[in-house]
Amino acid sequence: MTAQTSHRAPIFPHRHLLGIEALQPQDILHLLDLADEAVEVSRQVEKQKAVLRGRTQINLFFEASTRTQSSFELAGKRLGADVMNMQVSASSVKKGETLIDTAATLNAMRPDLLVVRHHAAGAVHLLARKVGCSVVNAGDGAHEHPTQALLDALTIRRHKGNIGGLTVAICGDIRHSRVARSNIILLSKLGARVRVIAPSTLLPSGIHNMGVEVFTNMREGLKGCDIVMMLRLQRERMSGAFVPSVREYFKYHGLDAEKLSYANEGALVMHPGPMNRGVEIAAEIADGPQSLIREQVEMGVAIRMAVLEALANNLPDN
Amino acid sequence: MLETGKPLVLENARIIDPATNMDEAGSLIMAGGKIIAAGREALNQGAPEGAKVVNCNGAVVAPGLIDIGVNVGEPGAEHRETLESASQAAAAGGVTTIVTGPDCDPVIDDPALVDFILRRARDTAIVNVLPMAALTKGLKGEEMSEIGLLQEAGAVAFTNATHPVTNSQVLLRLLTYARDFDALVVHQAKDKDLAGSGVMNSGLRATWLGLGGIPKEAEFMAIERDMRLVAMANGKYHARIISCPQSAKAIRTAKEEGLNVTAGISINHLTMNENDIGPYRTFHKMSPPLRTEDDRRAMVEALADGTIDIIMSDHNPQDVETKRHPFAEAEDGALGLETMLGAGMRLVHSGDISIMKLLASMTCNPAKRLGLEAGRLARGAPADIIVFDPERPWIVEKDKIRSRSKNTPFEDETLTGRVLTTIVSGRILYEIDA
Repeated sequence: MTAQTSHRAPIFPHRHLLGIEALQPQDILHLLDLADEAVEVSRQVEKQKAVLRGRTQINLFFEASTRTQSSFELAGKRLGADVMNMQVSASSVKKGETLIDTAATLNAMRPDLLVVRHHAAGAVHLLARKVGCSVVNAGDGAHEHPTQALLDALTIRRHKGNIGGLTVAICGDIRHSRVARSNIILLSKLGARVRVIAPSTLLPSGIHNMGVEVFTNMREGLKGCDIVMMLRLQRERMSGAFVPSVREYFKYHGLDAEKLSYANEGALVMHPGPMNRGVEIAAEIADGPQSLIREQVEMGVAIRMAVLEALANNLPDN
Repeated sequence: MLETGKPLVLENARIIDPATNMDEAGSLIMAGGKIIAAGREALNQGAPEGAKVVNCNGAVVAPGLIDIGVNVGEPGAEHRETLESASQAAAAGGVTTIVTGPDCDPVIDDPALVDFILRRARDTAIVNVLPMAALTKGLKGEEMSEIGLLQEAGAVAFTNATHPVTNSQVLLRLLTYARDFDALVVHQAKDKDLAGSGVMNSGLRATWLGLGGIPKEAEFMAIERDMRLVAMANGKYHARIISCPQSAKAIRTAKEEGLNVTAGISINHLTMNENDIGPYRTFHKMSPPLRTEDDRRAMVEALADGTIDIIMSDHNPQDVETKRHPFAEAEDGALGLETMLGAGMRLVHSGDISIMKLLASMTCNPAKRLGLEAGRLARGAPADIIVFDPERPWIVEKDKIRSRSKNTPFEDETLTGRVLTTIVSGRILYEIDA
């Protein structure tokens, strides 16, 4: 981490990206700037940059994921890295020791970048302490999903110009969501007013001390919002454990045109995907003019290129 | 069914309104289904034009009773009781609003079923009917029911009836979720494992009878747990029936802590004890079971000191099919709609409870807990009124019971205090000597 070739200031002083928590606002802005460039690269016919040429990137997914894994794979490839995907089915993994064993095995293959998703909160941190390369958290349990928050911020900034001063509502299953946690931290750091809206059963304890405004009524919570972020509700939580039924959830917490009308005019709608149409979001809204959902996917590749590039700049020998 | 008749004046009455602590000679004026004036101030107002004037001869005029513990056999067991027959019994007992339980067949856990109850009541019942819905799907205590949709359909509270929610996590989430809708959770606390296969109060009496006992701990340990869950969830909770002083103590403590908690009791647990079971009288088999005389006395004190807020009949019609069995195999439950006030007056005549307190626990207290307009004599409140003679004795005769079932624990007993007239929405529905 001695030689810094990046011409940008400020530099990105991190070896890993384990969460938004450890980032300073200027780190976040640096990544967003890099990502803006990556968007341009991705929109060219020649979608290649050579910053990761010769580097090895391993995507280690202990939890199934289509979009995040392919997004990281594409990002690495567009930067010229050799990318390998490793799917480790959760059932075949015995926690703890095996995770360390896996880390040691992978480390011996001398990767430069390791992208990890794991169902257990903190698993990525544990791995990061055991390997010699840079580690990117692609989602660990209900803890953090930093690249999702970054891509959301990128999407918002490209539409609104700025994040500070905006009012952003994060709606739905806050309790189990790593996306919500990363977004709350990131948006707060950049000066947005963050609200969470959910039935009380889907709010985590301590939420009132997280520096966010808490609402259980969607109409009240959406009043004056510029951005409405919907979260996915897992199927097993819909039938009586946390909410009574899909129809009741949709009626009180699903985003439809009527509820969205309480937000500011032209408020933008986001969703990390995959969506449950008719559960947390009405199809007409998901596919409507205020929706940024498809654009978020494009920004996902760009932000991952930015993250990989920023970390690669700090790799030894660079 | 409940259209409003012409204006009605009850004069020469002792007007009691527990909501305002009013107990004075005066009259009551009603028009358009609403109360116009009550008490001394009504004396100065002339009767509205065309009003019917009734001389009460000094009888008590009070808000109609609101009974939040009524089991009806409809749907599913119409041979035991229908909404129509229950409402007839209610009118005779001075109950102008019955709040029905969800333990029907099918269980009232779907908005369409709440709607069914309300429509049937509109078409057949002569008193107000307000349904409670199931707290969990099928009353199984596992999955929360659609509290929001059920409330919109007309459910006034949510209960698992006599089936306790044993899983603390489930009850915590229910209390938490219900809070978003300001919905009241009515729970019968009971540790099912500790209650085991018991069928009456645990103790000497059960041992002599050779019956399995249910210890008081099965109730108050569960009440104590519930209070902790209410505190965690910041929930809104009503203990359906408490039957022992330790439960009352837990409720008292919770109220002192500022929790949103109220407690109820059935008229049975205030007026009877385990000795009334005598030689295996199954009409005295109840859930929770009748306790000792010391417990009963303690519950009367808990009512007097305000720990217990609401008295209900726990009306539960059962027929010979379900009651004519060996004690342990018979169903729980007793009738109560027609006898609740008369039985409650025993506590007044014995000097344990003031008539004001008794009426408050059957009128304004349940109304306040459920957010109802009724239950008081305020101007503009629904004209749901009873006229009753607190000194008039009567014998509970099986043949005269209006319920379809006859399982009253007061059969052939004398009660002192009887409803003379019952008025719902300004209309006289029941007159004793008519």
